[in-house]
Amino acid sequence: MGFDYAPAPESRAIVDIAPSYGLFIDGEFREAADGKVFKTVAPATEEVLSEVAQAGEEDVDAAVAAARRAFASWSALPGAERGKYLFRIARVLQERSRELAVLETLDNGKPIKETRDVDLPQVAAHFFYYAGWADKLAHAGYGPSPRPLGVAGQVIPWNFPLLMLAWKIAPALATGNTVVLKPAETTPLSALFFADVCRRAGLPKGVVNIVTGDGRTGAALVAHPDVNKVAFTGSTGVGKQIARTVAGTSKKLTLELGGKGANIVFDDAPVDQAVEGIVNGIFFNQGQVCCAGSRLLVQESVRDEVLDALKRRLGTLRLGDPLDKNTDIGAINSAEQLARITALAETGEAEGAERWSPACELPSSGYWFAPTLFTGVSQAHTIARDEIFGPVLSVLTFRTPDEAVAKANNTPYGLSAGIWTEKGSRILAMASKLRAGVVWANTFNKFDPTSPFGGYKESGFGREGGRHGLEAYLDV
Amino acid sequence: MLLCVTSQSPPLTALADVTASDAALRRFLHGLPGVDGVGLEARAASLGTRSVKTTAKAYAIDLAISMIDLTTLEGADTPGKVRSLSAKGMTPDPTDRGTPSVAAICVYPDMAAVAKEALGTSGVRVASVATAFPAGRAALPVKLADTRDAVAAGADEIDMVIDRGAFLSGRYLEVFEEIRAVKEVCGTARLKVIFETGELSTYDNIRRVSWLAMLAGADFVKTSTGKVAVNATPANTLLLMEAVRDFRAATGVQVGVKPAGGIRTTKDAIKYLVMVNETLGDDWLSNEWFRFGASSLLNDLLMQRQKLRTGRYSGPDYVTVD
Repeated sequence: MGFDYAPAPESRAIVDIAPSYGLFIDGEFREAADGKVFKTVAPATEEVLSEVAQAGEEDVDAAVAAARRAFASWSALPGAERGKYLFRIARVLQERSRELAVLETLDNGKPIKETRDVDLPQVAAHFFYYAGWADKLAHAGYGPSPRPLGVAGQVIPWNFPLLMLAWKIAPALATGNTVVLKPAETTPLSALFFADVCRRAGLPKGVVNIVTGDGRTGAALVAHPDVNKVAFTGSTGVGKQIARTVAGTSKKLTLELGGKGANIVFDDAPVDQAVEGIVNGIFFNQGQVCCAGSRLLVQESVRDEVLDALKRRLGTLRLGDPLDKNTDIGAINSAEQLARITALAETGEAEGAERWSPACELPSSGYWFAPTLFTGVSQAHTIARDEIFGPVLSVLTFRTPDEAVAKANNTPYGLSAGIWTEKGSRILAMASKLRAGVVWANTFNKFDPTSPFGGYKESGFGREGGRHGLEAYLDV
Repeated sequence: MLLCVTSQSPPLTALADVTASDAALRRFLHGLPGVDGVGLEARAASLGTRSVKTTAKAYAIDLAISMIDLTTLEGADTPGKVRSLSAKGMTPDPTDRGTPSVAAICVYPDMAAVAKEALGTSGVRVASVATAFPAGRAALPVKLADTRDAVAAGADEIDMVIDRGAFLSGRYLEVFEEIRAVKEVCGTARLKVIFETGELSTYDNIRRVSWLAMLAGADFVKTSTGKVAVNATPANTLLLMEAVRDFRAATGVQVGVKPAGGIRTTKDAIKYLVMVNETLGDDWLSNEWFRFGASSLLNDLLMQRQKLRTGRYSGPDYVTVD
């Protein structure tokens, strides 16, 4: 008899999802002006979780107006007072972290292990970190008394719903802005629960407004004339549209877009840890991570050794019920995303790359994709160039450090890169040549609120996190 | 100095040249992939978050009990103490005869005969430490005599300590030869080689010494004596597991793993079994290939076993103290 782990599901009784949710405007939940709603489903089971209001232009206008009204008094508060609210929000988030982790897992499809151990701790850490900045802005390097911008319109993606909300809202509030945030269409629930967190923390009404909806809602928010600052995280395609929309206006813009990160493994790498880093780089959150290490660049002399170890390791990944505490790989967020991953993987095969997946049974309902790797991939393959945003790794080889740099940089993106070597001098030399906003050495997908994050080239501009993250919300 | 490994099983001859000289052995050991400590510890910690419940927990508890080398290594050991420990090892829970016995009773060489007699034909083996345990600071003839004594007294398994001083000063071949010499006098007794990982200090050293011991014919690699500040940790045991996994892939020879010292709770033991399961797989999930060097662990496993069986947690007065 083998050692089979019995099911260990986290109870969903801790979270109480209402049958319907309105928009959170001026401290109150209200229906959309035209009464439109849409459904949000659990990607793992296709179960309808709730009905959510679809905000139209009128609602966006109301939300922006509420934020504008709140701005005068919020921005006039001493930093220490704003900080108190943020600390309070952070503490409420910590207290409710189990509930929010279960909620996020239900709505997003990612494993509870990740929401519990990564998303929620990072969410709280972000609010704690920026709470600390609120009364120290004069020392941030942006002048003796940096001013906020006004109303921030923020549009966030579905891959880390609550964490991306934290990345957006925490620095905006710390610097004295008020916000209107639009969560992704497929993952609106945690932002609506966050609205309740704001109320519990006693945040003045109108400082945070949540408008749910699809791309039209986001477009209306971004285009609204009374928005002073636009922050967007999502696809490069939408990012370009937004850049066109705000061009010629006085709106300040930051974009955090796609990526095609290179994870570079040298022949002197710590192999076992590199394999963990490769797995974490591309299978964390089912690969639906903008900074995923979706291209493995492995030195040709250790290619077979690394690939053997990697395949062996993939055989131990546990795919299934995201609420099970032992699940490593959860569901793909939506049918649309699954179709995109499937199509790109088929393109990979059609273009001659060799496809491999471990033996892995997929659940019969929900949106699932087995961990997949492609070998024999060259820079010319579509799967080496296009962002797949799924659990699909393209394996390429290189011979020399120069070739590794050339291949890693040979992409329109520039968000992340990883270097695996036991040689410290090589880490430093490589990091200075890689055109990527984040370069990890002997690790991957490590996040910290103190560390700035952002891209080069088509991965966007502006930085979030750290002292640098304040700049995007200050009039400097 | 030349040394050949022809007495080993055939696949190992492929690696014969690496032990041909001190320089060759050094080149080989230093050519093994490095270990990134942060990553290693993160992996061990992440395996520690597995949730093992109900049927899986029952399986793991019984497996863990059957893997214990129930140990007493005190200056105050007496025949009476060893007899009572042996009785405990054979019948860990008198209220439930279905409880598996432990793998072995681990004692000093002078107590091996007592243990052997007490254990009789129960199937529980006698493991004896040897080679001037725990410091290992004695001349080779003394260490070999110590080992011979233990084997003659009926030890089925020998837990030797390596010469950490020789290893740390880079005299790898000396350590290698000493292990080979001890292995030879072991005869049919299985040899566990204790590294005292807490004294070797770096993960790179631990990977190197694992390969060195396996090349020298170790049947088991074992973390520690339990007598120093840092004994078995999830990370250093995971590293040993990776070494035996890679060694089998390279040579076809399977070697066992024994973490020792500091594993006191069911929760900890299960974390180690999860590491075995996900690093080595079924082939190592028996007491032929994995052991816990422990003493107080057994009673915690028994209490958890009773709780799982009865639904009640009865506390330390409901398990025997031996």
